[in-house]
Amino acid sequence: MLNLIWAVMILLAVLYGALAGNMSQVTNAALDSAGEAISLCLTMAGVVALWMGLMEIARKAGLIEKLTRGISPLLRLMFPNIPKGHPAGDYIATNIIANIMGLGWACTPAGLKAMEELAKLEAQRGNPEYLEAGQKEPVGQARREVTAKPTGQMGQGSAHAAGRDAGKDSRKPESAGRSRRASNEMCTFLILNISSLQLIPVNMIAYRSQYGSVDPTAVIAPAIAATLFSSLVAVLYCKWKDRRN
Amino acid sequence: MSVLAHISDIIIPVLIFFIVGYGFVSKVKVYETFLDGAKDGLKVVIDIVPTLIGLLVAVGMLRASGFFELLGKLLAPVTTAVGLPAQLLPLLIVKLFSSSAATGLVLDIFKTSGPDSYAGMLTSILMSCTETVFYTMSVYFLAAKVTKTRYTLTGALLSTLAGTVASVVLTRWMG
Repeated sequence: MLNLIWAVMILLAVLYGALAGNMSQVTNAALDSAGEAISLCLTMAGVVALWMGLMEIARKAGLIEKLTRGISPLLRLMFPNIPKGHPAGDYIATNIIANIMGLGWACTPAGLKAMEELAKLEAQRGNPEYLEAGQKEPVGQARREVTAKPTGQMGQGSAHAAGRDAGKDSRKPESAGRSRRASNEMCTFLILNISSLQLIPVNMIAYRSQYGSVDPTAVIAPAIAATLFSSLVAVLYCKWKDRRN
Repeated sequence: MSVLAHISDIIIPVLIFFIVGYGFVSKVKVYETFLDGAKDGLKVVIDIVPTLIGLLVAVGMLRASGFFELLGKLLAPVTTAVGLPAQLLPLLIVKLFSSSAATGLVLDIFKTSGPDSYAGMLTSILMSCTETVFYTMSVYFLAAKVTKTRYTLTGALLSTLAGTVASVVLTRWMG
């Protein structure tokens, strides 16, 4: 994604700069911005190191773990159908706390684990789309292979069509392992994640102070208010969708 | 409004006091632990240096070429109608796809309007209350091998919209 965005920005800058006759400014901007990035990183390094140092203390003292356990009752409200003690619940809690505390490094791994566990949960519930290849009905499997093989040379399109027909024939999930539909829990988890609960917007404070803000931390309280509102909307929407399904 | 300003003022010292105090009472070697964490923090920053150089250069060049002014003029009728400064519209769109590219635009707004201006404050709040919709969805759903994402996108965009509206209202209220 970034490959595309970056290329478009650079190419557009040079083309439009040439058209508008701003080439010398474009040259200067390229050189100046590179230097500016370094001075920005120096400011950021201080703020981020301070925050990560504090968070390490919080982790060692067991505070992060306590918080993670502390939000489980709230998570039960959002995910009433995840069985108690299922690992999916733990990973979701870890991901949300890491999000709130601005622990970027802990966020994504826990979030990905949560998604994998939610997929396993679907398999346990017997959702055919989520059963792995080995768990499929042996007859359906064999038949699909036989039908699909000869058409394999006819290009992808027809091979796909043949595969689909075979699936219809045997009536069993040819869809297994692909074309999975997200479960309600997955939708809720991702919408919550994207609504991004965050306590201290550490990076934003660093950027603000680098560019001469009189009060870099003035953003904290309004950001919490805005984040609470967007998360509240997310919660209500997910609950409404859950009820309808 | 003064309540918000007050919370912003005290939250960091209170957090530091609480974390260090709690760590000390639980017999954590607070100073050494802090150093460990700070070292990791530096590594994180070093990792993003190349990203920042690449993006600041791209945004800087784009600004210098005069393209942003053209864009601002074209978008002005739309943005003034909803109370958004023209610079913010590209940011809102880019942010859906990539948070690092959005950071480049944020820094450009800080540089040209100042972080304490209306546009600067709005940008600060906006960036703190939403995530990168498409990026997050693609990475997370890939982990579960899900292709049909159902109502996730609608919900994510709805919550992003809510965050944006809240940011505009709060910034107006504070200004």
